[in-house]
Amino acid sequence: MSESKKSPLDELHRENGGRMVDFAGWSMPVMFKSILEEHKAVREEVGIFDISHMGQLFVEGEGAGEWLDRMLTNNVASLGDGEGQYTFLLNERGGVIDDLIIYRVSATSYFLVVNASCLEQDVAWLGQHLPEELTLRDESEKMAGMAVQGPKSADVFSRVLGGRTLPTRNGVDILKEDGQEILVCRTGYTGEDGFEFFCRQADAERWWREFQDAGAVPCGLGARDTLRLEKCYPLNGSDLSPERTPLEAGLGFFVDLKKDDFVGRDVLAEQKEEGLTERLAAILYDGKGSPPRPGYPVVDEEGNQVGTLTSGALSPSLGQGIALAYLPVELAKVGTPLAVEVRGRKVSAKVVKKPFVR
Amino acid sequence: MNIPSDLRYTEEHEWIRVADGIATVGITDHAQEELSDVVFVELPEIGREVEEGEAIAVVESVKAASDIYAPLNGEITEVNNGLEEEPSLINEEPYEGGWLFKVKVADNEQVEGLLDADAYEEHLG
Repeated sequence: MSESKKSPLDELHRENGGRMVDFAGWSMPVMFKSILEEHKAVREEVGIFDISHMGQLFVEGEGAGEWLDRMLTNNVASLGDGEGQYTFLLNERGGVIDDLIIYRVSATSYFLVVNASCLEQDVAWLGQHLPEELTLRDESEKMAGMAVQGPKSADVFSRVLGGRTLPTRNGVDILKEDGQEILVCRTGYTGEDGFEFFCRQADAERWWREFQDAGAVPCGLGARDTLRLEKCYPLNGSDLSPERTPLEAGLGFFVDLKKDDFVGRDVLAEQKEEGLTERLAAILYDGKGSPPRPGYPVVDEEGNQVGTLTSGALSPSLGQGIALAYLPVELAKVGTPLAVEVRGRKVSAKVVKKPFVR
Repeated sequence: MNIPSDLRYTEEHEWIRVADGIATVGITDHAQEELSDVVFVELPEIGREVEEGEAIAVVESVKAASDIYAPLNGEITEVNNGLEEEPSLINEEPYEGGWLFKVKVADNEQVEGLLDADAYEEHLG
């Protein structure tokens, strides 16, 4: 096994009592003191996550926007300077290679934040299609990232960067601090207000300490997972895969089929025309029960397996099991009674409206 | 790390308190800390005859489900129903309110074979 990559915040995490695990080839903290407490801190106050494992790409040059519009599903042309959007990179079959956020820094410079596990693939795929006049810059090895999330994240921002204002929702801003460029994005993966902050790796510790001193509670990947699942944000590699389209994942909102062309468009247009056969459904336990986990079978009322959980957890906010699974469309309707099979026992559940937590 | 000297232990991080032929079983302070937040517990049925080493209960944290093994042969006489409402008792008081189940000891020699506090501490390294 190859050695896991270390975040520029690795030492600080260990100092903070972080429990390190391997994630997408990186050694990252799964938790510091308690996943439940970290989850609560983000829902009620403010937490900070290391997202240095994520990839940062820049696409630059005349016509960058037009080209990206043909590579990605959402409408890049609709972005003004400083605006961002959630979008997908698809393969020719309409399957998801990666889900990412793209920000327009200027008409000739776009900033992409991609999943750690997909970085290599994204760079290869984009590089393979890249026209000569554009450049693709992978800054992932040079940048550190942290996400400050929670209702009090704006307070933390003004305490640390007093006098500056946060960009508006989904927006990006480039700040200069001590001569160094910093990217601040008003985005996140928790469903709470917050911002993602990208700086030079050498400055990562300094900024983390400042955010922490300003009240942000260190949080790990464990809380990140329960927070995103309560909001039904998909996890690539689990809820999204090269075999599933964004329409099947229920994320058609981020696909602009009115665009002339983008990779995978034909498959998606056909799927929309003919109707889906399976859809990613949100499943909530009726009562208490052993926590649902990825890989557990979903069965119908007759006990036939109709799907497999792609994500699952005991929701810290609801105290009940919550999960996602691809189900035949006729069963993916809100209210359908189902059961999740846990170690051979059936726990009754039903399909509910997304998200689990509003 | 709290390892009470009056209890016996297994290498699977369970503690056993034997009194009047009944063994009360739980998981150690070390185990609860490793698991972190316990959110669900599945306990054996009362009256079930269990054998040493048999997986008979499950303790689940946010991230993982862990099997709990019977430390001794015998019949399950009681389970801690309070854990259904309050599984966090396992984290808060692993040696008291967080006990899991009681076994009627069938074979006293098995009790003698359990680790004492020193041996368990050594096992933790």
